[in-house]
Order: sequence, then structure tokens, then C-alpha cells
Amino acid sequence: MGAGTHPAGDNTMKTQNQRAWFFVLPVLLLVAFNALIPMMTVVNYSVQETFGNNVFFWEGLRWFEQLLNSDRFHAALGRQFLFTGIILAIEIPLGIIIALAMPRQGIWVPVCLVLMALPMLIPWNVVGAMWNIFTLPDIGLLGYLMNHTLGINYDMTQDPVAAWVTIVTMDVWHWTSLVVLLCYAGLVSIPDAYYQAAKIDGASNWSVFRYIQLPKMKQVLTIAILLRFMDSFNIYTEPFVLTGGGPGNSTTFLSIDLVKIALGQFDLGPAAAMSLIYFAITLLVSWLFYTLMTKDDGK
Amino acid sequence: MAKITLSDLKHSYYPNPTGPEDYALKEIDLEWSDGGAYALLGPSGCGKSTLLNIISGLLTPSNGRILFDDKDVTDLAPNQRNIAQVFQFPVIYDTMSVYDNLAFPLRNRRVDETAVNTRVMAIAEMLEVTDMIGQKAAGLSPDNKQKISMGRGLVRDDVNVVMFDEPLTVIDPHLKWKLRSKLKELHQKVRATMIYVTHDQTEALTFADQVVVMQDGEIVQIGTPVELFERPAHTFVGHFIGSPGMNVLPCEVRDGGAFFGEKLITLEGAIEQGSGAAEIGVRPEFVTLGDAGLPAVVHKVSDVGRHAVVEAKVGNTSVKAVVEGDVPAQGTTTHLSFDPTKTRLYRDGWIATRAGT
Repeated sequence: MGAGTHPAGDNTMKTQNQRAWFFVLPVLLLVAFNALIPMMTVVNYSVQETFGNNVFFWEGLRWFEQLLNSDRFHAALGRQFLFTGIILAIEIPLGIIIALAMPRQGIWVPVCLVLMALPMLIPWNVVGAMWNIFTLPDIGLLGYLMNHTLGINYDMTQDPVAAWVTIVTMDVWHWTSLVVLLCYAGLVSIPDAYYQAAKIDGASNWSVFRYIQLPKMKQVLTIAILLRFMDSFNIYTEPFVLTGGGPGNSTTFLSIDLVKIALGQFDLGPAAAMSLIYFAITLLVSWLFYTLMTKDDGK
Repeated sequence: MAKITLSDLKHSYYPNPTGPEDYALKEIDLEWSDGGAYALLGPSGCGKSTLLNIISGLLTPSNGRILFDDKDVTDLAPNQRNIAQVFQFPVIYDTMSVYDNLAFPLRNRRVDETAVNTRVMAIAEMLEVTDMIGQKAAGLSPDNKQKISMGRGLVRDDVNVVMFDEPLTVIDPHLKWKLRSKLKELHQKVRATMIYVTHDQTEALTFADQVVVMQDGEIVQIGTPVELFERPAHTFVGHFIGSPGMNVLPCEVRDGGAFFGEKLITLEGAIEQGSGAAEIGVRPEFVTLGDAGLPAVVHKVSDVGRHAVVEAKVGNTSVKAVVEGDVPAQGTTTHLSFDPTKTRLYRDGWIATRAGT
């Protein structure tokens, strides 16, 4: 029977019933197969060297040491943080502004929501291909307009700055909607009384934003930032299709570099070490951010 | 501080109202005198909140004017009217401290910081929240949050009227009473005009000097709690106020007298000329059981503590009586008599007897 019927009181309640483990077993199995076991394979690779034929040599922590001292890794990591920083700095404020400007009621609400959701429904590689064609200097709409009509030299296959501008713009186009929709959900959940009270208190528009809307959006914004951080930090498909990491290595982000090492050079050991470090950084930053943002919530 | 005049006020939520049924407020002519404590009482959906939002400026009425001390404010925004409103659910600024919450309306009006400090501390003292002045407002209990939102209304000394929109809805029952008496006390201290909207008769009657009873967008009666209880102008008031509500008994009017259960009932005064469905209204408190009067069968007895409510049947009509002391057993026959000075005739709901002398 349930632990609650046990007569001995509080201190025995928690230890009596072991049946709960039974119910989490299927989930544990599932997680083991889709996460734990593949991950342990990677751990296994990261401490060994192989030349094929399923022959492995023990290497200890050499790959980790090598990677952490590698300029190539540092450069990719730097590019990765720069990219994530830029798109967060654009998408979050832009998303808030668009959400604030969206209508709260009437027939335009569904229209806006659908328009907003559209970019998110397009598959990553299609987005990459779309922007690739869009920006081609001779045949792309934007590329032709820039180079031949406006006379601005714009070629992302040649110029690193152009490549970055294109990738950032593409990501903003693709993902700002997510921030908008989350913020919008936060905004519509604010009861009218708050706005009415603010009106009566003589609050300015800025005060309404600062003291009512922003605090009420805090939770959804936390989620939005977290999702955008993880997603952009792990970005692969779009830059791969768009620039392939170039020109040179200028848009070679961590995941692109990782694939180059693992599949291009078939260095499984270093690639495994890199994925673990990559994973650890993503996890650490997300955890730190989430902990900091929710620190005051309990009080 | 100001006298508030509502003249010929109508409001409809439809853009093109056609008939009276489209109006949330039908026709309101009302004057609230300066410094009064008023309650706006009525069932949910009767137009109380609409009226309140029109006074505060959150809604613009379809028709009519609002005057504060003879100054027309109909087209002014809420912040230009110098009013304060406390909402059903406490509105506080979560990220600010209690002090900053109270100071917010003053700072928005660019009052200098020393004056802000004096006012805020005085209000905090009055509300008994001085000990939590530095705390973040988000962590407070609902009753303290509601106190803070009241405080934001009271902190400005130039406020014309403070309005309360069912402010005790989310407060625990045992704290309701405390907060209600606090409010009464505050009114005596600050002497601002206060309007308290509620559907709870106890709240209305304990807070207000004058109660305005509304039904279906119309004002049914304005009076002191005693007046409303003793001489309801409409059967709705009689029914809505009091527990249990007034007995409303269908009757027959002939030869200048009202007959109920084939007996002539003595009323408070002469019956006014008119037509419409006639009913006798008498409160259970003024019905006595005895050996003489209308024969009735005791149908149900409920003991509510200090007294018992006896429901007796006269024919098919049930009449309630409040009885102290011994109660008759269920099924026995008794006789009812009504206190003539408290027994009235109503036609189509409205009172139709002249007050007795």
C-alpha cells in the first residue's frame, strides 16, 4: 500500500516504498539507449587512438590536452561565442520590440502569429539553400541588387565580413520569431488591471515596460535566451549549406570544425574529445545562466 | 478631494446600441459628496465595475458627463483625474521594494525625494507595513499586497477619490474583517471620497455611510445601511440585502387593501394608485409566530446560531420568519403576524405604499 498509510510516522514514510523505481525504469532504459550509451561510446573514443580495422590504442587524456592547446580550437570557439553573442544581442531586443508592437486582440492577431511562425517551419538546410541563392552575386535577388544595382561589393563566398553578415541576418530571420512568440505569450498573460493601475499611477511607457512588462516576461525570456543560446551555439546545417565554413575558415563554427575532424580527417579520438568539451561548455553556460536567472524566484 | 457628479450617464459596450438591453449602464444621475464613504452594491454583471471604470477614466461613457467639483473630466485620461483605484487582484510592481511601490505614483509626478519620503513613511505607518518597507513586494502575502496597492492610492494627498473594486476577493476570510476595519479607519483619517464596489452586502454595509444598490445597469436605491434594511425601495433591495432576504408575497389589492391568504394585511400606510403585479414585502425579522394571524404550516426550521429561521407555508407560498427562543416543530400549524409598520406593498417591484406616520 501507499507510504501514507504507514502508521510509524514521518521519518519512515520516505524509505518504505521502493515501488516508484519500477515506474521510472522504462524512462531510464529509453534514456540509456538514446543518450547514455551513445555518449559513453564517445567517452570511449576520446581516450583512444584508432587507425581503422577496429583496433584501438590507449591514449589517456592526450586528445584533451592537445585540443585545449590548439589554436584551431580556440579560433573556432571564439567564432562560436562571437556568433552566439551577436545573434542574441539582435534577436532578443528585436523579439521584444516586435512582441510589444503586435496587436493584442482582433483579426490581426492570428495573421501576425502565422506570419511570425512561418520562418520557423522551414527546414534548416532549406533556409541555408534559400539564402545561398538569394545572396549569389550574379543571380540572387539580394546579391544582384547589391552588386549590380547599388554598386556595393557584396560576395559572401569571397569576403568574410559579407559571409558573417549573411549568416547573422539569416539566423535573425529564421529565429527571431521564436523570441517574439514566447514574449508575446508572456505579454498577453498580464492582466489588464496592471496597465490600468499604471495609468492611474501616472507611469510612463518606459516605466510600464520596465516595471510591469519586463518582469512579467522574465520567465519566458529566460527560456527564449536559453533556447537561442543552445541552438545557435550548436548551429551546423545553415552555415554548412550557406558558406561551408568559408571563405577560408572565417565561418567555421565549432560543429562545422568538429565534423571536419571526425568525418573529413577521420580523427575519431580528437573529435570525441572535442565533442565532450563542446557539450560541457554548452551545459555549463546554460546551467550558469539558468541558475542566475532563477536565483530570486523562490524568495 | 472633490464632489463627483455623474449626469445622464449611459454606457454600452456595443458600437451601435439599439435598445435599452444593449446598455451596461442605463441612465445614471448621481452625486457623490466630498469625503463620503460610498459602497456600490449589486450582483455580478450589474454594471458596478463599468461605472467605476468610467469614473476613473479607464472607460469613456457612450453618453453623459462626469464632473469633479463642477470641472468636466469626461475626456481626461486617468492620470489627469487624480484618482486612485484598488483592483480585485492586488496590483503591485514585483521587482520594486514596498517603499518604491508606495513612492511610485509620487515619483511619476516628480515630487521631490524628501516629500516622497515623508508621505511614504506616513502611509506605511497608517497601513502598518513599516516593518516590511525594504522588502521586495513580490514576496508579500495577498493581504499585504492589497494593502500596498491601497497605499499607492492613498499616498497622494491631492487624490480626488479612491475607488475599490471588490478589493477583498482574494483575501483569506479571517483577514477580510481586519482589512475592512482598517479601510474604515483610513477613511476617517484621510477623509478622501471613497467608493467601494462589492457584491458582498456585509462589506458594503460595514464600510459605507451611503450604499448605492444597482441592478441591470440601473440604480435601484441609495441610502444608509439602515434605510436599505428597514425600507427597501425595491423588492430586489429587500431580497439582496439581509440574510435571509425579505419575504416577497404575491397578493391581491381590492377595496384599498392588500389581501394575502384571503386575509387583509395591514400595511405601513396608504396604497398609492397604480397598476402592475402587487406583492407584499416584509422582512423575516418582522414576522412573528403566535396564536393569532395567518394560519401556516411549519415547513422547515434552520437553526443559524443566534436565532432560527422558520419557513412556513401559507397555501403554496412560503414565508420566512426569524425566531428567537423556542421554535415550533416541523409540520405543526402556527399563525403568522406581520409588524404593520414594516410591511409594505410593491408594484412591479417598486414600493407602492406611503411611509407611515
